[in-house]
Amino acid sequence: MLEIKDLRASAGDKEILKGITLTVRPGEVHAVMGPNGSGKSTLAQVLAGHPAYEVTGGSATYDGRDLLDLEPEERAQAGVFLAFQYPVEIPGVTNAYFLRAAYNEIRKAHGEEEIDSIDFIDLLEEKLKLVEWGPEIMSRAVNSGFSGGEKKRNEILQLAVLEPRLAILDETDSGLDIDALRIVAGGVNKLRSKDRSFVVVTHYQRLLNYIVPDYVHVLSGGRIVMSGGKELALELEAKGYEWVEAAAGQPAGATA
Amino acid sequence: MSGVATPDLELHAGGALSESPEWLEPVRRAAAERFGRTGFPASRDEEWRFTPIGPVAQTAWRPAPTRPDDLDAASLAPFVFGHPEWSTLVFVNGIYHPALGSIASLPLGVTITSLADAVRADLPLLRQHLSRHAPIEGSPFTAFNAAAFRDGGLVHVPAGHDLASPVHLVFVTTDEAAGAAIHPRNLIVVERGARASVIESYVTLADGQAYWTNPVTEVAAGAGAWLEHTRIQRESERAFHVGLTHVDQQRDSHYRSFTLAMGAALSRHNLHVRLNDENIETLMYGLYLTRGEQVADNHTAIYHDRPNCRSWEVYKGVLDDRSRAVFNGKVFVQPEAQKTDAKQTNRNLLRSDLAKVDTKPQLEIFADDVKCTHGATVGRLDDIGLFYARSRGIPAEAAERLLTYAFAAEVIDEVALEPVRLELDRLVLERLGG
Repeated sequence: MLEIKDLRASAGDKEILKGITLTVRPGEVHAVMGPNGSGKSTLAQVLAGHPAYEVTGGSATYDGRDLLDLEPEERAQAGVFLAFQYPVEIPGVTNAYFLRAAYNEIRKAHGEEEIDSIDFIDLLEEKLKLVEWGPEIMSRAVNSGFSGGEKKRNEILQLAVLEPRLAILDETDSGLDIDALRIVAGGVNKLRSKDRSFVVVTHYQRLLNYIVPDYVHVLSGGRIVMSGGKELALELEAKGYEWVEAAAGQPAGATA
Repeated sequence: MSGVATPDLELHAGGALSESPEWLEPVRRAAAERFGRTGFPASRDEEWRFTPIGPVAQTAWRPAPTRPDDLDAASLAPFVFGHPEWSTLVFVNGIYHPALGSIASLPLGVTITSLADAVRADLPLLRQHLSRHAPIEGSPFTAFNAAAFRDGGLVHVPAGHDLASPVHLVFVTTDEAAGAAIHPRNLIVVERGARASVIESYVTLADGQAYWTNPVTEVAAGAGAWLEHTRIQRESERAFHVGLTHVDQQRDSHYRSFTLAMGAALSRHNLHVRLNDENIETLMYGLYLTRGEQVADNHTAIYHDRPNCRSWEVYKGVLDDRSRAVFNGKVFVQPEAQKTDAKQTNRNLLRSDLAKVDTKPQLEIFADDVKCTHGATVGRLDDIGLFYARSRGIPAEAAERLLTYAFAAEVIDEVALEPVRLELDRLVLERLGG
């Protein structure tokens, strides 16, 4: 489904990703862990087409297509979804309007008919349950004045409605209290399926108690320095990132 | 000014000047005399420095035709809100056309009528209010209007009455208005404890015609009164629109204004609000959308004369092409106006490298225990916001439209009257091509 080979990317003249290679097959959940500045959020954002980064080498193939050649909206229409670490507030546009606009754009891209607001409300009802929300949230402006936890829940709601095939969660656990973490992770787990893959970017092992990954990769200095099964996350938690960096011969904080 | 002769204000008034009641005629003659003395403002005049009024001053405008075009109500459908139960007064090229509108059944004592009719009947209310709020010394345009006005709307809600349905004053121009000057005059009096919602629309069936609209609206909000006042300016994009709204508020009153400017080659609106007593709330929201070579100018002035009042102002602009906007926001806080809470914001979204904004907050604060803030921004859409929308599948152009709409919607959302709010939404989306 996703094949990343020797991917390099920079912000300005600073190289952040220094050759990432990673394969994600349908239905798999991959956790990408690493200390601050290791490049894990950059990887997530580069895959979604964030304009702040320039790809300087390597490739990323999604369903046989050159992912890096697609505009951000084309990636979304092809089934790639990024849950933002810092979801953007859009005062003036309701959650319902925004999400229906996105939903319909994706339908249009697949040659399907747009759906009206009445049918959309029906569709939402079931999706809202996934994040334990009532319909009130839909008449609020997108993320505007939302708490940190509400913003993350809203990302998962969007994920549930847009039904991507590849979902990338960028530090979805940061800033969540334990209840919000349970709700967000519960939503994600209900969305796991044999066709849908997840790349879960996180600093802490905590999230992986709830969303149990098939593979864990550790990033350091813009490279994957260690990969393993879910038990790697526990080992990391016990030994700290210094252990990986020492094992990989990389000084801690090689990139800021 | 240039070689153009001073306009004959008596001619513009179409006989209304000499037919005025004995108390009003001297007021109007004084206004004519004043304009004769000052003429149009010079470009060096600080108040008009950024406003290219040359084409207004240098055109020999003819008086508006007195016999309006034959219109049917259907041609006005795009400008009204589809609520036949509202009171709608239609003025064609400045003259009241009762057959094109309707007036709701009103509680006893409430008056909604044409100002010309009210002047002919010499309603006692006029002596108290007409030309008492907007001083002729304020601007040459106000003086011109005071001398030359023929008609407009009068809304009078006596103490304690709640005007359940809104009043819509529709000023529409037709091809007959080409080359003419129109000076509408409105008076809105909402007395002690009364409530009303009034909409003024300046619209056209003569797209592409050049004419000049010079309206003056006086508003008196009594103690504890509540008034929502919406002003929609959608003139021909070759027309000129120079308008003044002057509001006087009394104790405990609430006045909320929303103004939209999207028409006219040049539009200027002065909104002056005087807070004459304590515990007054004033909300002023504005939106201007310009394109081509349009210029939209908003000058607002809030006079905090007394303590414990709150004013809240947000004006936003979306500029395309080579268009230009001017914002000047004055806030005067007098020495005795302690505990004033005044906030002013002006935000501009430039959608072209050639668009330009002159924005100037002007706070003059003479009291020491007050909370007064202001902020102005001129910028472009935020890249991260655009990326967020695109990452959800929304194409770049639609994402820009959505975020531009969102920018405007923040002020539109402040309009309390839902049918008006929805229509404003529609107008903005249509302008953005969505």
